[in-house]
Amino acid sequence: MNRIQQLFSKKQKQILSVYFTAGFPQLHDTVSIIELLEKHGVDMIEIGIPFSDPLADGNVIQHSSTVALANGMSLSVLFSQLEHIRKTVSIPLILMGYINPVLQFGVEKFCETCQSIGIDGVILPDLPLHEYTKEYKHIFEQYGIQNILLISPQTEESRIRMIDQQTQAFIYMVSSSSTTGTKSKFNDEQIHYFKRISSMNLQNPLLVGFGISNTETFAQVCEYTHGAIVGSACIKALEQPGTLEQNISTFVSSIKG
Amino acid sequence: MSHNYFKTYPNKDGFFNEYGGAFIPPVLESEMKKITDAYFTISKSHDFINELRSIRKHYQGRPTPVYYCNRLSQKYGGRIYLKREDLNHTGAHKLNHCMGEALLAKYLGKKKLIAETGAGQHGVALATAAAYFGLECEIHMGEVDIAKEHPNVVRMKILGATVVPVSHGLKTLKEAVDSAFEAYLKDPINSIYCIGSVVGPHPFPMMVRDFQRVVGIEAREQYMEMTGELPDSVVACVGGGSNAMGIFSAFLDDEEVAIYGVEPGGRSMNLGDHAATMSFGTPGIIHGFKCYTLQDENGEPSPVYSVASGLDYPGVGPEHSMLKDIKRVNYDVINDTECIDAFYELSRLEGIIPALESSHAVAYALKLAQKYPQSSILVNLSGRGDKDIDFIMDTFGLPK
Ligand SMILES: Cc1ncc(COP(=O)(O)O)c(C=O)c1O
Repeated sequence: MNRIQQLFSKKQKQILSVYFTAGFPQLHDTVSIIELLEKHGVDMIEIGIPFSDPLADGNVIQHSSTVALANGMSLSVLFSQLEHIRKTVSIPLILMGYINPVLQFGVEKFCETCQSIGIDGVILPDLPLHEYTKEYKHIFEQYGIQNILLISPQTEESRIRMIDQQTQAFIYMVSSSSTTGTKSKFNDEQIHYFKRISSMNLQNPLLVGFGISNTETFAQVCEYTHGAIVGSACIKALEQPGTLEQNISTFVSSIKG
Repeated sequence: MSHNYFKTYPNKDGFFNEYGGAFIPPVLESEMKKITDAYFTISKSHDFINELRSIRKHYQGRPTPVYYCNRLSQKYGGRIYLKREDLNHTGAHKLNHCMGEALLAKYLGKKKLIAETGAGQHGVALATAAAYFGLECEIHMGEVDIAKEHPNVVRMKILGATVVPVSHGLKTLKEAVDSAFEAYLKDPINSIYCIGSVVGPHPFPMMVRDFQRVVGIEAREQYMEMTGELPDSVVACVGGGSNAMGIFSAFLDDEEVAIYGVEPGGRSMNLGDHAATMSFGTPGIIHGFKCYTLQDENGEPSPVYSVASGLDYPGVGPEHSMLKDIKRVNYDVINDTECIDAFYELSRLEGIIPALESSHAVAYALKLAQKYPQSSILVNLSGRGDKDIDFIMDTFGLPK
């Protein structure tokens, strides 16, 4: 069992997975942020590889990417920062980024480095399923890296079942068909979507991302799925005047209550 | 090339050999599938073809002529012909794909057309198509280009479009594409991103090419009628590559015709000083498709520059990337100085003020004419230069 499966075998409800952009607010904050998120009770972490052309992200994450790139963050810098991360951190760690930086780094070298550091999975929102299965799946599998795939309210059922076969981690449910800012509450249509996917009885657990920013939205998704992925709200918290620890502690309570 | 070229390329996933495809988040994936299905349905429908033909004839003023440049040929040698896309309604080839894209949008029940623009020609053409079909239109444009292409900004506003200034990064075409994508992602159900060239995720490179093929089909027939033979070479400028694909597509099977795509060489060959993607780039993924890109070792798109706003892009159409690899098309560069010289030569010898983008193709034709004085050269004059005149006067002034 990989680390992500272990997590879900121990805990099926109220999973909180947090996204932050590596190299933001400061280049060398990465390791401290990861350690503090674990210390304050976060279950899993998605470390964002900044990219200047993030098709799937809203303004807050785009802004953090711009700052991180200006700070000098890149995939190789990130890997060197994470070299000893498994000495202090035991929760699952996932890298999230766009396909081009990974291609230029080399897919095999990327997977090999992930394995040696102890990265459990990867989310590449612009890598389509058929490209993954055709070109890269065998490499990911060779190094034991889980590729986590996204679905949206528009994704067809047959495709969701295919995605379910391709991964042994979780399915990332994008909460809506638009990237329009964070909402204070999910609407009926979205709740219906959560219920619909949940009733498909997929083998992988479900986590909902996009639009979770407070206790209310967190509770809403936890009612129907295994938990949530929170990104923009964490990035906003990291920009506050306090210390990293104060900001992270306040942020986690603002979601979990 | 094969008889089935247009059926073989792209394949069903939108690939031209290794280039193209659709590297996009799942929210867009389902929308692109809908657009592809709709395109295949209506592009084969009698009503759609009829409507587009009627629009081209009565509204756009097609066919545009092929013109023999007498004085230019006398001075430089060769026989230089122009396919006059500058005479297409709105002054460039861009309306050819915009009317098609807007017709498709209407069929899909979209309310709003969104796009980027560099030189403003695609923006003006899309705003025109939106007015024609009664749709909303939102155009994203870098602040640098807004200042440079002022007349086109005014035209878009007169036509009723909203112009969104883009102020991040270099404030030019690449950033305009980022911004337009972002706006589209906010509401992909009610809006459609009508991309301005043969770039972006599948089906856009295929669709825009198909809509531009009219340029080549007309030009080949007109040229044959005028001369009784095929030209020795065909030349077009390549930004994203739509005007070039339009004219090249009719000659790919004619092995005796040499085809040249002209990229912007800018102020020098140093990275950041040009936008010559195929001459200096490497394969990568940008804006949802795979192509030659100018990028750094981390896979970040590099800064680009050209005197012509419409050529100022770090990627290029996937079909061009393939045509380079299989060596069917030769890609070469023309720098800013050569471009400006050609701009004035065509203006003063023929009374045609070309767009700065098209001036790159003209400049290359002048080089070919000098090198091969016995040869015939067909240039796609993709647009007229009215939009550029204030910028030229302020930056370069009149020739001595
Ligand atoms: C007149 C003209 N020609 C060429 C181009 C470049 O685009 P493409 O390479 O897609 O033809 C533009 C773009 O703005 C243009 O306005």
